[in-house]
Amino acid sequence: MTGAAPRGPASIRIRGWGWRHAGRRAWALRDLDLSIEPGERVLLLGPSGSGKSTLLQGLAGLLDPESGETAGALEIDGVDPRLSRGRVGLVMQDPESQLVMGRAGDDVAFGPANLGVSRDEIWFRVDGALAAVGFPYGRDHPTGALSGGEQQRLVLAGTIAMQPGLLLLDEPTANLDPVGAGLVRETVRRICADRARTLLLVEHRVAEVLDLVDRVVVLEPGGGVRVDGPPGEVFDTYGEALAAMGVWIPGVPTRARRAPSGRAPGESLVEAVHAGFRYPGAPRPAVEDASLALRAGTATALVGPNGSGKSTLAMLLAGLARPSPGEVIGTSALAGSARTRSLSRWPARLLADHVGTVFQDPEHQFLTSTVRAELALGPSRVGVAPREVTGRVDDLLARLHLDHLATANPFTLSGGEKRRLSVGTAIACRPQVLVLDEPTFGQDRRTWLELLDLLAGLRDAGSGLCLATHDEAFVAALADEIAVLDQGRIGQRSTGGAGASASTGAADLGRPDRPGR
Amino acid sequence: MTALIGPIARADSALAQVHPLAKLGAATAVMLALLPTVDPVTPAILLAVTLGLLPTTGIRLGALLRRTWPILLGAVSVALANALYGDRGGRVVIDVGPLELTAGDVSSGATLGLRLIAIALPGVLAFATTDPTDLADALVQQLRLPARFAVGALAALRLVPLLGADWDAIRRARRSRGMAAGRNPARATGIFASQVFTLLVAAIRRASRLATAMDARAFGAVAHPTTARDLPVKPGDWSFLLAALALTLAATAISVTLGTWQLVLT
Repeated sequence: MTGAAPRGPASIRIRGWGWRHAGRRAWALRDLDLSIEPGERVLLLGPSGSGKSTLLQGLAGLLDPESGETAGALEIDGVDPRLSRGRVGLVMQDPESQLVMGRAGDDVAFGPANLGVSRDEIWFRVDGALAAVGFPYGRDHPTGALSGGEQQRLVLAGTIAMQPGLLLLDEPTANLDPVGAGLVRETVRRICADRARTLLLVEHRVAEVLDLVDRVVVLEPGGGVRVDGPPGEVFDTYGEALAAMGVWIPGVPTRARRAPSGRAPGESLVEAVHAGFRYPGAPRPAVEDASLALRAGTATALVGPNGSGKSTLAMLLAGLARPSPGEVIGTSALAGSARTRSLSRWPARLLADHVGTVFQDPEHQFLTSTVRAELALGPSRVGVAPREVTGRVDDLLARLHLDHLATANPFTLSGGEKRRLSVGTAIACRPQVLVLDEPTFGQDRRTWLELLDLLAGLRDAGSGLCLATHDEAFVAALADEIAVLDQGRIGQRSTGGAGASASTGAADLGRPDRPGR
Repeated sequence: MTALIGPIARADSALAQVHPLAKLGAATAVMLALLPTVDPVTPAILLAVTLGLLPTTGIRLGALLRRTWPILLGAVSVALANALYGDRGGRVVIDVGPLELTAGDVSSGATLGLRLIAIALPGVLAFATTDPTDLADALVQQLRLPARFAVGALAALRLVPLLGADWDAIRRARRSRGMAAGRNPARATGIFASQVFTLLVAAIRRASRLATAMDARAFGAVAHPTTARDLPVKPGDWSFLLAALALTLAATAISVTLGTWQLVLT
């Protein structure tokens, strides 16, 4: 069957196509007409919720006709995508859930083996694909022991080993740290240079992929194509309008820095004192000897590569993990003099009243079945009066632009809406300290700006913020103090904004960086 | 979260080189030889040989204990329960107030504990020295199981360690929202149940993403996918299996000759 399949780059014909998920009233995508010629390299843009991922799944033949309703036609080389499997390769965001096998070579062999390619040919392709993505280890390397960027390059290798005529990339770098993302983009650039396959790419961060593509297609929310043309032309003519839709456009500035109003640093609210943490069975501590203070009216950023201990330190500062050795203390300024003991031993209700946390995966923190109930839960738990709870929830719904979704189930929201709701649940109790783990991961420009305004407002009203993040632009726009983590230790410290280059902030942080011992 | 399967042995050890099905066959043979009897001699011989193989695998004692502690705990409980509640007569060896243990009680308890360990350890060793990928290959190539089943199970296995991380994240998220049990056992049960449910939802979403990724790589596209790696049964594998069979027969024969072999429930 596959022997007779066409070779070389594939063509795409889309005529009046649409898709509606079963049980949803609105179409994910409708009335789409688009033709892509063999060898073209196309960047697909659109605000979150405009159906980009749905279109890619349709082109990969992965939409099950029983799980939704379809209209119009999709064709790859004139054939229904569901009948031309192996002709299309799809790489998605999360590398962790795309690796199938325990060994690198076996994982790359998985696709060709499923297509019935001969054994000799499979291993020839495996070695070729591993070399093409610059995979630094051998065939037998365990896939569980790879970094996110290495995993995603392995997924790319497994995809090109099928020798697809069409390569679909759905935000392949959204879940990676800047170093890993750069390596993956470099790999994509290399394997697409020869135009041996048609490329359709979805990516929020346009500037980084602009030299990879010859054509930009922007989807209209609600249906159809809004703009279609060469990159230069599209961004010159429609740049501002696209930015307003939430697309990251090169050259359109995000926002001037949201600096605090020049007040002196506020009182210390949470303090880590020589805090360490080791996960059970781990060879070395995730955090070692960290001393840091979160102050009122101050945004502190924890930065550093994947695995440097940012998230773990954030969980310690939020009172959600118990440091050993050392301690993390809630000061008397946080909750009165009676409560200056270890934050991880505070009862959950007291903690929720004073320290809010926004988790990297919003789905982990949803506990109820409607957006409204989700926002009301925290305040009700800590004993806020029902009338007051209703008022707060209405206010949050309006500020987070979630009012039209008040009765929706949190799990059915889009990525940006989930993120806004998760921030809302964390600030509903009006905590003095807010700890956020990668709050801007995979967000479009509009959500990014809304988060910046919201958080800057909280900071200016006196909250102490702590951000564990890879997002350099967000750090530049919001952080007042920056701690760089490297292998679990706080290395360089600096102050944010104008003073960012003068990295002498250690004295401001209340405690010495390294104790003399 | 303790993973029960997957190699913790050195990949170049002799036992790791043996075909997965030969190892599983040997472990099954030991189990079948020990299930019908409650004597101390047969399990002692078989356990001694199994323990003799242990140093050749390069498995660290700590790693082995982490994996086998539930079995050891079970063995000790069985031994204690039988020693305390048995009434086998013989000389009294311990007499503390109401507690009176006779030599018969102690030896019957010890025998049952020994038997449990001797049955379980060969299976633990077989899995500890086997890469799950090899096991899946063997199930497809030698036992002719459908690749869809074997590869699907293998992929699902890869997600198990991630559940541990999900569980921690869910627990923390609840604490941060003011949900904690305190000292009320009814509340604790309710919160635990809802936490398990959230974990289940997270696991299903992860699994469905993995299933989509597998479909994207043409999983199930052709009726007979290629087996990427050949896993032949070598003469050495047959020798290993036959040696294991001979050993179980010999151990049983010795026990019968000594007159210790005793059928269960008699």
